[in-house]
Amino acid sequence: MASLKEMRNRISSVKATQKITKAMQMVAAAKLRRSQDAAQNARPYAERMASVIANLASGVSGDGAPRLLAGTGSDQRHLVIVAAADRGLAGGFTTSIVRAARERISKLINEGKDVKIITIGKKTVAPLKRLYGERIVASYDLSAERSLTLSVAQPIAEKIIEIYEAGQTDVVTLFYSRFKSVVTQIPTGQQLIPAEVAGGGAADLGGAAYEYEPSEEGILETLLPRNITVQILSALLENMAGFYASQMSAMDNATRNAGDMISALTVQYNRTRQAQITKELIEIISGAEAL
Amino acid sequence: MADKLHFSLVAPEREVFAGEVDRVDAPGAEGDFGVLAGHAPFMTALREGKVTVVNGASTRTFEVQGGFADVTPAGLTILAEHAVEAG
Repeated sequence: MASLKEMRNRISSVKATQKITKAMQMVAAAKLRRSQDAAQNARPYAERMASVIANLASGVSGDGAPRLLAGTGSDQRHLVIVAAADRGLAGGFTTSIVRAARERISKLINEGKDVKIITIGKKTVAPLKRLYGERIVASYDLSAERSLTLSVAQPIAEKIIEIYEAGQTDVVTLFYSRFKSVVTQIPTGQQLIPAEVAGGGAADLGGAAYEYEPSEEGILETLLPRNITVQILSALLENMAGFYASQMSAMDNATRNAGDMISALTVQYNRTRQAQITKELIEIISGAEAL
Repeated sequence: MADKLHFSLVAPEREVFAGEVDRVDAPGAEGDFGVLAGHAPFMTALREGKVTVVNGASTRTFEVQGGFADVTPAGLTILAEHAVEAG
């Protein structure tokens, strides 16, 4: 059995760990509130954008449609973008996104498709690199970004469009974690190119024809790349909220586990101490009786 | 005119304005335009400039940079890259 001093050290080290996890939980809770607001505030823009595009898409059809909307007509080459966390200590957050992405990737590979991967987030690279190292074409590390704005999503969107315009891919899918509530985040795969047109389609125009300034194509050409940027941004914001929610509950669990461990160790410590005292008493008493 | 126009001005970070108004003036890529309720469906890119919202006696002005205006029978939506209320 461990000595009393060793046990005391053990208890104080668990207590120190508990303080850290408790602090992390509180920080995560505060950040969660802020990032949840940010994700919610960004939703109207993304939703409006989707409905505007749905309106436009119903107008343009056939050969005139831009390739970002209509696709290349093939689905042989896929680009999978996996967005997860930049930091760890958030339970299964990154793992669950990566798992969803991996299922899709291996399915595509089994079907004989050509798959390329872009990772977003520092912690996303390692688990994918091991399996699909040569398929990763770019990795983004956002851990230095202080706040998520359009300018963070812009270079990623530009890179995707560059790859697409160069004819290196046909279908682009983005994996991220949709923030449903503090306890549920759903790993989601969302198709970016060809643009998925939201259900419901166009608004009822009451028979009137849409007018465009400048041309319909001109508007779509600027709108579609913008839409990709916006979708990436909103995915990053959802991820951020999900990350803190996940970190908060992971740290809550860790704090509770540390508490359980402390009480178990304390009981054991007290028993050992009591046993030692009893033993010493017996020695003294039997020593006195012998005289 | 009794009819009001539903107007929303949305920036990527948040919805800057949403509500029923009388008239909105906006800087279109090919010239400024005004929108009243019942405007024909219309879509345009925006220049940098001022969006003026008139509702009854009150007027609010927003500075916008880049983006789109979309007029449908349901109302006017402006998707701006940057939008702040001016002074």
